Amino acid sequence: MNRIDKTFRSLKETGKKAFIPYIMAGDPDIDKTMERVLMLEECGADIVELGVPFSDPVADGPTIQRAAERALAAGVSLRKMLAFMADLRKRSQVPIIFMTYYNPIYKYGEEVFVTDAANVGVDGFIIPDLPPEEAGSLIKSCRSKGLDTIFLVAPTSTEERMKRIVSASKGFVYYVSMTGITGTKLSLEDHFRNHIGRLKDLSGKPIAIGFGISTPDDARSMAAVADGVIVGSAIVKKFHEDPGNAREFIKKLREAV
Amino acid sequence: MPALLELEAEYGKAKEDRAFKDELELLQRTYIGRPTSLYFAKRLTDHLGGAKIYLKREDLAHTGAHKINNAIGQALLAKKMGKKRVIAETGAGQHGVATATGAALCGLECEIYMGSIDIKRQALNVFRMKLLGAKVNEVSIGSQTLKDAINESMRDWTTNVRTTHYVLGTVFGPHPFPSIVRDFQAVIGKEAKRQILMAEGRLPDYLIACIGGGSNAMGLFNEFLSDDIKMIGVEAGGKGIEGGEHAARFAGGSIGVFQGCKTYLLQDDDGNVLETHSVSAGLDYASVGPQHAFLKDSGRIEYTYAVDDEALAAFELLSRTEGIIPALESAHAIAEVAKLAPRLPKDKIIIVNLSGRGDKDVQQVAKIKGIEIC
Repeated sequence: MNRIDKTFRSLKETGKKAFIPYIMAGDPDIDKTMERVLMLEECGADIVELGVPFSDPVADGPTIQRAAERALAAGVSLRKMLAFMADLRKRSQVPIIFMTYYNPIYKYGEEVFVTDAANVGVDGFIIPDLPPEEAGSLIKSCRSKGLDTIFLVAPTSTEERMKRIVSASKGFVYYVSMTGITGTKLSLEDHFRNHIGRLKDLSGKPIAIGFGISTPDDARSMAAVADGVIVGSAIVKKFHEDPGNAREFIKKLREAV
Repeated sequence: MPALLELEAEYGKAKEDRAFKDELELLQRTYIGRPTSLYFAKRLTDHLGGAKIYLKREDLAHTGAHKINNAIGQALLAKKMGKKRVIAETGAGQHGVATATGAALCGLECEIYMGSIDIKRQALNVFRMKLLGAKVNEVSIGSQTLKDAINESMRDWTTNVRTTHYVLGTVFGPHPFPSIVRDFQAVIGKEAKRQILMAEGRLPDYLIACIGGGSNAMGLFNEFLSDDIKMIGVEAGGKGIEGGEHAARFAGGSIGVFQGCKTYLLQDDDGNVLETHSVSAGLDYASVGPQHAFLKDSGRIEYTYAVDDEALAAFELLSRTEGIIPALESAHAIAEVAKLAPRLPKDKIIIVNLSGRGDKDVQQVAKIKGIEIC
């Protein structure tokens, strides 16, 4: 059983929900990233989602786009993040998911990348521009190395599509709270509860909700309907604009979840 | 993905729908002004002293470029799907103008995404879009050109998918876009084939077109793919391949996965997309349609490039010999004609796609030449 499965199992046993913060690796630099991952763990993060910067992050809103630009300017790449992981694993066993886009992985070489990532202790991937129907070979490589692949269910996903996404996903299923990109204002659409309810019936796997969750109140209401809550843009923004109060903000989010 | 699946299904139905086809044909004839003429460029032919050169006059289509063929088709499709709003990316502004035109024609709300750099160098087209009732959104992130305008359009589409159709402007992006755009542009080659048979009683020896995303080239080439004809696609060589300031994906790129398709891409060793350069905004793009990638790898089509200076020289050459000011994009194709025609015997025939007219570029060319015009 890998770190992500263990995490969700022990949370379930204690009746808790997973708090999954996201930060952009390399924003503003790699040393700060190390410091912040350790801080997130200390503040009670169950899993950490690390954004690996890509030049064209089409699923991301302006906050994360700008963070990616800063990280690329700092010279961070997929290759450098593997070296980072090797360092991190000497100090922490917090489950780590890379969120990146497909082209850097394709360029690296899919199979080699999965092997290298498994060797340095990465636990899974979220690749928003890779739909399950194009992910066959990546899923196969990940399964053979015990890595998780997490796919996204959108509010517009049909039931048939949900089934496909659920079966391609391992670790958990990522429920996108709205149609749109990261960091948009959250608004609970009418059919949201029905839709996520249907997903739960189908899934049998943990479901984490992300996109647009920016306050402890948002986090609390999302935690009530899912197994985990992902907070990205709001944390990236806090670290960038007001790093002195980041710890307190993250603790509040943790408590809310 | 749900939006793409819906689009694939709806387009499949529209393609077989007699009423949809009739409406499109009527608009092609009475609104766009099709068929565009196939013009024998006698003075250019005499000047170059070799093969006979025919120009497929897409510059004479309504709004001044081939982009209208696809925009009208997709605007009708949007209306048929019950979408109230269309969005589009634009580089040179031609596709933005065409989409704004199609939206006005079909009574749809329209927003265009355009990079800050392109907004500056194509000010005339920005004003045209606004006149047509479209909202123009400036994209000031990344390279601030076409690539980022596409990213931003994709973000908008993902957010507003229930009400909005994304009128992608070239044979690029996720399926079914490359097929839809090719099909709507294929009218160029169908007409050209009929017209050259009328004029010469035989098929041409060469077809030449410039390639940004590749829609005008695909539109001309598609009808001739199974004929024994040489085809040449001309990319933007910018300031030359060696220095890296260009948009020649076949000459300087490698295979990647970008904006929903697997194709040639200008990228660094980490898989990040590189900045590009071309004097022509419409060719200034890091990737190229996936069918072109296939046709290159299969050897069916030859791809070359023309640098900025060659395109600028061709821009003036066509203006002076024929009284036709070409778009800077199309001038890249003319530049290849200027190299190839003199090496061919006089009984050979070339058709070049004059994909757009150059009015939009006059101000920029004047600036490059150091002339103040306003």
